[in-house]
Amino acid sequence: MTRISRRGLLRSGAAAGVLAATGLPLRAQAKKGGRLRAGMNGANTSDSWDGRTHSDLFMIASAQGSVFDNLTMIAADGSLQGELAESWEASSDAKTWTFNLRQGVTFHNGKAFGADDVIESFQMHLGEESKSAAKPIVETIEEMKKLGEHQVQFVLKAGSADFPYLVSDYHILIYPAGQIEEAIQQGIGTGLYSVVSFEPGVRFVGRRVPDHYKGDTAGHFDEIEYIAINDSTARMNALMTGQVDAINRIDFKTEALLKANPNVMIQEVPCNQQYTFPMLTDISPFDQVNVRKALKYGINRQEMVDKILLGHGVVGNDTPIGPANQYYHGEMEQLAYDPDQAKFYLKEAGLDSLDIELSASEAAFTGAVDAAQLFQASAGAAGINIRVVQEPSDGYWSNVWLKKPFCACYWSGRATEDWMFSTAYEAGVPWNDSQWDEKDSARFQELLVMARANLDSDSRRDQYFEMQQILRDEGGVLVPMFANYVQAISSKVGTPDTIGNLWQMDNARMAERWWFS
Amino acid sequence: MGSVGKIILQRLALGLLTLLVVSIVIFTAVNMLPGDFAEAILGQGATPEAVAAIRRDLGLDQNPVMRYFDWLGGVLRGDLGTSFAQLNFQANMGATSLQTVASQIAPRFSNTMFLAGVTAAIAVPVSLALGILAALYRNSAFDKGANIFTLSSISSPEFFLAYVLILFLAVLNPILPSLSNIYEGMGFAERLERTLLPALTLTLVVTAHMMRMTRAAIIQLLASPYIEMARLKGISPMRVIVRHALPNALAPIVNVIALNLAYLITGVVVVEVVFVYPGIGQLFVDAVKIRDIPMVQACCLIFATAYILLNLTADILSIVSNPRLRHPK
Repeated sequence: MTRISRRGLLRSGAAAGVLAATGLPLRAQAKKGGRLRAGMNGANTSDSWDGRTHSDLFMIASAQGSVFDNLTMIAADGSLQGELAESWEASSDAKTWTFNLRQGVTFHNGKAFGADDVIESFQMHLGEESKSAAKPIVETIEEMKKLGEHQVQFVLKAGSADFPYLVSDYHILIYPAGQIEEAIQQGIGTGLYSVVSFEPGVRFVGRRVPDHYKGDTAGHFDEIEYIAINDSTARMNALMTGQVDAINRIDFKTEALLKANPNVMIQEVPCNQQYTFPMLTDISPFDQVNVRKALKYGINRQEMVDKILLGHGVVGNDTPIGPANQYYHGEMEQLAYDPDQAKFYLKEAGLDSLDIELSASEAAFTGAVDAAQLFQASAGAAGINIRVVQEPSDGYWSNVWLKKPFCACYWSGRATEDWMFSTAYEAGVPWNDSQWDEKDSARFQELLVMARANLDSDSRRDQYFEMQQILRDEGGVLVPMFANYVQAISSKVGTPDTIGNLWQMDNARMAERWWFS
Repeated sequence: MGSVGKIILQRLALGLLTLLVVSIVIFTAVNMLPGDFAEAILGQGATPEAVAAIRRDLGLDQNPVMRYFDWLGGVLRGDLGTSFAQLNFQANMGATSLQTVASQIAPRFSNTMFLAGVTAAIAVPVSLALGILAALYRNSAFDKGANIFTLSSISSPEFFLAYVLILFLAVLNPILPSLSNIYEGMGFAERLERTLLPALTLTLVVTAHMMRMTRAAIIQLLASPYIEMARLKGISPMRVIVRHALPNALAPIVNVIALNLAYLITGVVVVEVVFVYPGIGQLFVDAVKIRDIPMVQACCLIFATAYILLNLTADILSIVSNPRLRHPK
């Protein structure tokens, strides 16, 4: 198979690969109709249609994926497309962004969509007291101007080449101006499906909006029903017995059983979800770059992918930029387990052996304690004695992460490089879990600021590649593995060839992109 | 009957005292767990400022004793309060309509009662019949078979029974749905169909206890002189058991039934999870997970009330069914 897309490809079974290789058409034409029933985890009784609170798949798929729209959206292949915005352009310093909005769009209650809706929806995230997860994004806006009924201008405090990407964030949904409270209570958006019934933490039913602006190319189901199923065995049973047509998060241990069922297809999507071991680089011995290098060679990445992810993932190269990112440096030489190299760097650091503690808990990621023990065994061969401290899951993120010098952690990854770096690698930000700053790499921090406002994608790529190289060589976070999204669908469901890898379930947009074949 | 009325009043008063003690114990226990609502809800985002802000908003920074009495005052006025999750949501997002604990629990509780009702409607007659038949044909192959079956089902973990039933009734022979996601506005027949698998699972769990108690209570009486008298009169064995032995054996049987019904209301979270049944157990476990004290307290009060009322009913029934207790000398 040739390279299909720079953002990774879907491996949905051998059959698809064979078909692609023989040049036969991969799919039938999308058909209309039917009721898609999907079983998903991540629903809560406190769920609502307020995008500011969304954090897990169930509500993202229901809100952004069905009922609401953003200004822009990220397509399955990773390219940026307009949703409620038709086009946009930036000033040369990437500080002023003008969005031309789509005309003739109406909300589910009949109100016409325009510039006021955008401005008021963005304002929801601001304010002293706002705890919206999108506040850091919206806060970068200095001023919002309504240039016309269907034109909005954003003036940013500093240049950001990623701005149109950032407004596709699932928190920044567009609500009808003046009716936001009502819209949050009833779920009134501009999306492909309007709310028929919604029971928080239990289920959501939506019906296709007739004459939607997305036309015939999207939203093929007449109705969708999302059912909250938190238990993975129950989800699997529901799919196997035909109670639902699609489920997310397959339990790796029972995946073989699903595979054996001819009515079920597994989707395996490489993505940015990463399991990490951050060390505080301002605390001895992790302040020494040679100690960090020794640890990089002392961890057996492949073994972790094989034993912790049971093969459902890829090895990491100590950068948080994964296959779902635009400027993923895939050609960088892969770090591999090498106890001799580890010993060498330990000696460079002036040490014969090293005694450190590694804090882990299942709260960090499933299998974190096992992973820590694998690390302990592999590092032991290089004279690095790791003592695994099993921490309680309760309060792990308050008492261990960012506090203990070496611990286990996870990140779900971010859509853009800048977003990821400025969340966890920029000097001084609260979630910088390796205390990574100028003393470690002034060059990295300089590149971070430069690339942010760089509109030229070639030179921007070089900058992000260099940053990934720095992190690989000297960084304070071990990223041994990226865990795939593994989900399953009934063989009745048809999907496009490329499945989105920013979020589970085709970027949570299965209601928009899939169909019954 | 005056004495029965007095007993009821006494027991109800004692019950209220029990509820008070339960609420103190639960409140203390949840407070002693590591982590609190702020840390649990923020997860990876628990910066000290964010944790402090939530604690301030919810009053978690106040003295626990004060917080308890605040809550107790609300309950005495009939107000179970608002869950932390909802309060936090409101603090974050400005004024939106708030759901109280009572309005969140009500639909879940009625689902739980429905499941308990369906289970009881199957399990109680079945276990009584099995118990009576086992007593009648004691030590026969039927008796042993029934014992082995019910004892092995009570000894298996609930989720295992659930999966066995799913395998036979949903996967191999697709008769019943494996998902029991009932919702408001569903017709009774469909609701019943979807509730059947979890109800059957729970039936398997509770039958052994009730059946064996029925059998034992009856067999114990069969040695008494008045039963021998009845037999000597030539009455058929079935009639001896149903007419003469069973009424006198009712007290212990009713007690066991009450205990099992209380279990059906309070302890079926595993079955709820396996069948995705939106009952109160799942709500309770979620609340404990995020240390949502008002919700935990409300659920515990409901559970404790169920135990107290069902035990009370059992006691009253045994008094009513026993003339010696009804007319004490």
